[in-house]
Amino acid sequence: MNTATALVLVSHSAQLAAGTVEVAQQMAPDVALRAAGGTEDGRIGTSYDLVERVVTDLLDGGATAVVILTDLGSAALTAESVVDILDDDRVVVVDAPFVEGAVAAAVAAQSGADAAATGAAARTAVGAFGASAPDDATTADGGVAAESADAVERSVVLRNRLGLHARPAATLARKAADFDAEVTLNGVDAASVLALMGLGLTGGAEVRLRATGPQATQAVEAIVADVEAGFGEE
Amino acid sequence: MADVIGVAWATQWVRASAAAVGEHRMELIDLDRAIGDGDHGENLDRGFKAVLVKLDNPDTAPPETVGDVFKLVATTLMSTVGGAAGPLYGTAYLRAAKAADGATVDAAGVADLLDAAVGGIVARGKAEVGDKTMVDAWTPAAAAAREVADGGGTATQALRAAATAARTGAESTDPLVARKGRASYLGERAIGHRDPGAQSSALLLEVAADAAESAESAQ
Repeated sequence: MNTATALVLVSHSAQLAAGTVEVAQQMAPDVALRAAGGTEDGRIGTSYDLVERVVTDLLDGGATAVVILTDLGSAALTAESVVDILDDDRVVVVDAPFVEGAVAAAVAAQSGADAAATGAAARTAVGAFGASAPDDATTADGGVAAESADAVERSVVLRNRLGLHARPAATLARKAADFDAEVTLNGVDAASVLALMGLGLTGGAEVRLRATGPQATQAVEAIVADVEAGFGEE
Repeated sequence: MADVIGVAWATQWVRASAAAVGEHRMELIDLDRAIGDGDHGENLDRGFKAVLVKLDNPDTAPPETVGDVFKLVATTLMSTVGGAAGPLYGTAYLRAAKAADGATVDAAGVADLLDAAVGGIVARGKAEVGDKTMVDAWTPAAAAAREVADGGGTATQALRAAATAARTGAESTDPLVARKGRASYLGERAIGHRDPGAQSSALLLEVAADAAESAESAQ
């Protein structure tokens, strides 16, 4: 299936745009991700026609919204010109870091986010990729101290050698988002693939899950099952 | 006395722009090498050459309004320039096209189309006067044209006043630190260099005035 919110990555370089699509697609296999990099004659730069064509193709192909991410200044100007002239509310340009934003937006779109939520995920991507875990995890070790009565907690050890690298992090984040529950993993939002990757957990590391909400138990059980299956990896 | 200019002027302006940009290509490249990525002259030259090709293409409908000419310039520059100048000039010409939707333009019409162009550049690039961008050339140009129009001058006089103001505006970017575009990464090292976009803007407005004056003297 194709999810409704599509992404267009506009870079000065065709290779950079295509490479970023590749990275983001790995974590969001069902999202329509398109590269629009370089000029049409293969130079460094951006092409109004190329961006317009890619956006229009996506809309014609059934996307309900198209979120555009850009790299350097003139790529943003080109994309904004396209949006201006198309004059279509379904198309938006988001000011976000190119690679991190693309990954965050793709994962959000994969979990069914609309254009606004997808754009918001892109804009806040830098914080999620920070060297340390996000703010609310600075007390990670004691972070579960703020107990609430219906919280479900489990600890489990990562079995696959590479731990929470891109693909398993995306799998886990999608699972966390699938349930009607707020799930944290070592103090960070388990539905955020970037936050999960930011933890840098490898095989043998302990994972502490905590969930609240109507489907807290189901969410934790589903995630534990994935972790114990090593996410299908060795 | 020609106090109105029209489609013939707009077409001549486009041809003269292509020639002037070609002639000043190296100068613009050198300015952009100093404080940018060095592609401004190359990009504009390619863009205006493509505009000429489209203008001379027998399949292109002959322009009926001044706006038709500008619209052709706008869409072609956006598609072919590649750098920031594509969307910036593209938007300027596009907005100017909407403001000049008749077969002729008088002095107030010149001021209107320049105001519209400034509005487009500012909307797209979000720069202000003093940021060391093409806005530093276009803003005083539009104001000068308005002053001529309000004083009862001709369209040609309005264009010449705009050109002169744009040249002064471009020169005023020399001592500035850039606050927009690639040059803003350079900080104080941009001081002493003219903004290439302001320079090309002054050039285009000069040939706009030249085109109007040569049409006038031919009458």
